[in-house]
Amino acid sequence: MLKISKSKLNELFDAVSAKQALYLPVDRNDGAAEYKKYESGMTMSSALNTVRSAKDFFFPQTENLVDFKMEGKNIEVIDVREESEDFVIFGVRACDARSFTILDKVFLAEPVDSYYKNRRDHGTVVTMACTRPAETCFCKTFGIDPTVPEGDAACFDDGENIFFLANNDKGQAFIDSIASLLEEGDAAKLCEVQEKARAIMEKLPLAKLSTENFGGDKLTEYFNSEKWADLSEACLGCGTCTFVCPTCQCYDIKDFNTGHGIKRFRCWDSCMYSDFTKMAHGNPRLTQLERFRQRFMHKLVYFPANNNGEFGCVGCGRCLSKCPISMNIVKVMKALEVK
Amino acid sequence: MNNDTLIPYIGVVTDIRQDTPDVKTFRVVSPEGGKVFEHMPGQCAMLSIPGVGEAMFSITSSPTNKEFMEFSIKKCGCLTNWLHAMDVGQQITIRGPYGNAFPVETELKGKDLLFIAGGIGLAPLRSVINYVRDNRANYGDVQVVYGSRSKDDLVDYQEIIDEWMADPNIEVNLTIDNPQEGWDGHVGFVPNYVKELQPSTSKTVLVCGPPIMIKFTLAGLKELGFTETQVYTTMELRMKCGVGKCGRCNIGNKYVCKDGPVFRFDQLDELPDEY
Repeated sequence: MLKISKSKLNELFDAVSAKQALYLPVDRNDGAAEYKKYESGMTMSSALNTVRSAKDFFFPQTENLVDFKMEGKNIEVIDVREESEDFVIFGVRACDARSFTILDKVFLAEPVDSYYKNRRDHGTVVTMACTRPAETCFCKTFGIDPTVPEGDAACFDDGENIFFLANNDKGQAFIDSIASLLEEGDAAKLCEVQEKARAIMEKLPLAKLSTENFGGDKLTEYFNSEKWADLSEACLGCGTCTFVCPTCQCYDIKDFNTGHGIKRFRCWDSCMYSDFTKMAHGNPRLTQLERFRQRFMHKLVYFPANNNGEFGCVGCGRCLSKCPISMNIVKVMKALEVK
Repeated sequence: MNNDTLIPYIGVVTDIRQDTPDVKTFRVVSPEGGKVFEHMPGQCAMLSIPGVGEAMFSITSSPTNKEFMEFSIKKCGCLTNWLHAMDVGQQITIRGPYGNAFPVETELKGKDLLFIAGGIGLAPLRSVINYVRDNRANYGDVQVVYGSRSKDDLVDYQEIIDEWMADPNIEVNLTIDNPQEGWDGHVGFVPNYVKELQPSTSKTVLVCGPPIMIKFTLAGLKELGFTETQVYTTMELRMKCGVGKCGRCNIGNKYVCKDGPVFRFDQLDELPDEY
């Protein structure tokens, strides 16, 4: 298996970033990790995961869809799309890597979203296997093995070296492009590391969480559950869960008048917000109960109903650590499945 | 790069008709003339004035009209206020067509049809009614029951009088909520009028109007012996993308913009009551 010594990682980053933009998790001053564009000398974060998910790379928080020029009664439509440049996201965790295949099911379904596809085509996802999952992790619930992540190419850390494995042609092309920096190495120690990580996962508080009682056939039962009232009672409707969620993909389209024309933007939105479904003649989801229910029903029932049983959650645990009232999908699942 | 459905076309408003005190019908063509795109009855389009807003409207003209598209729009919000204030010659943006359609070439073919509309609810049904009139041989009996608050609130009144009521091949029953000077027709709410008319249960029903009207009409139809599989309606929810991605019009595992807006009532029964 090809590897590079961790002490030489920056040589690798320099080589990759010389050819295309390279993004990797970097520690902020406050200790939290976020994706940054690599500049020579930057150190990759050793944090388990970034505060924000990696969905920004393909579905940015805001993006300019189209511009308009208004002159008298006439309107000119200006296509502002540009072909993306190739880029690499390095160090993506298994949960976030899976979120891309979930987002693909939405944005690459007909009619294909060309904005998303453009970035997807030009992005290479290089994942990093987890060695010490945290208490908030429950990716295993959704059939993800964090020690063998998806992505175009996967990296494995044995403590001293990073090993590389291609998952597809794009990943192989990435490995080929850095082959001169890699050497053949003995991956024996990797197995130990993986075993250790799996042993940690067995002991995690959410290790036994199961999707067994969820799926497309549970619509009526769970929609009408009396539990939603208690579960949603304290929800502030702040939308934090949606914004840190790697699979939440609802969006708004808004126009901005620059004074010289109109820019139309697509922005992340949240079904947790009171005006999300508001129309001129009223709002079908009047209280936070309905809005709260929508988010979880979508992830646990509606999405699997339309996607061969695949759930709209990857167990990254971000909502568990970020919700200001400590409500989250795990509590919802546990409450709903008790008869 | 391919065209993206989120990038709209330009439409030119070539005619504006004041239908009722708060409904105008706008005729839209492409800048080169002709229709911006083809559609089927029941489908919708996203209309926008950049900087003001963008919203989904049903296409009220029939696809058999080869020259232009029409939209009957009630003044009730930011964008619709703007549309009501504009003049002929104004350009708008338009994208679509979105959604399914009434199954005029499949399930409805050869059937006796009963159209029931309330207020602006006539807009999506007018497309079907005129499509059926233009392909008359493909359908059985056609009956239209249409009601509004007053005579002045009947959308497309002139076309109804001049064309539909003059057409011996369709039966038109109009009603208004309260008595009014100059009105010698039926007075009363649409659901009650439908019950009085005792339509044959052999008919397939297409209903559109305010939610409360639809609710009572459906109940009345059931009393008359109709089943939910015989009744179609068209729905409205907030929409942004029109292609089932932005998440707004999601009810259960359906997206009204792409899986609807036309649903049969037995299909609606399977969805959560959230519309």
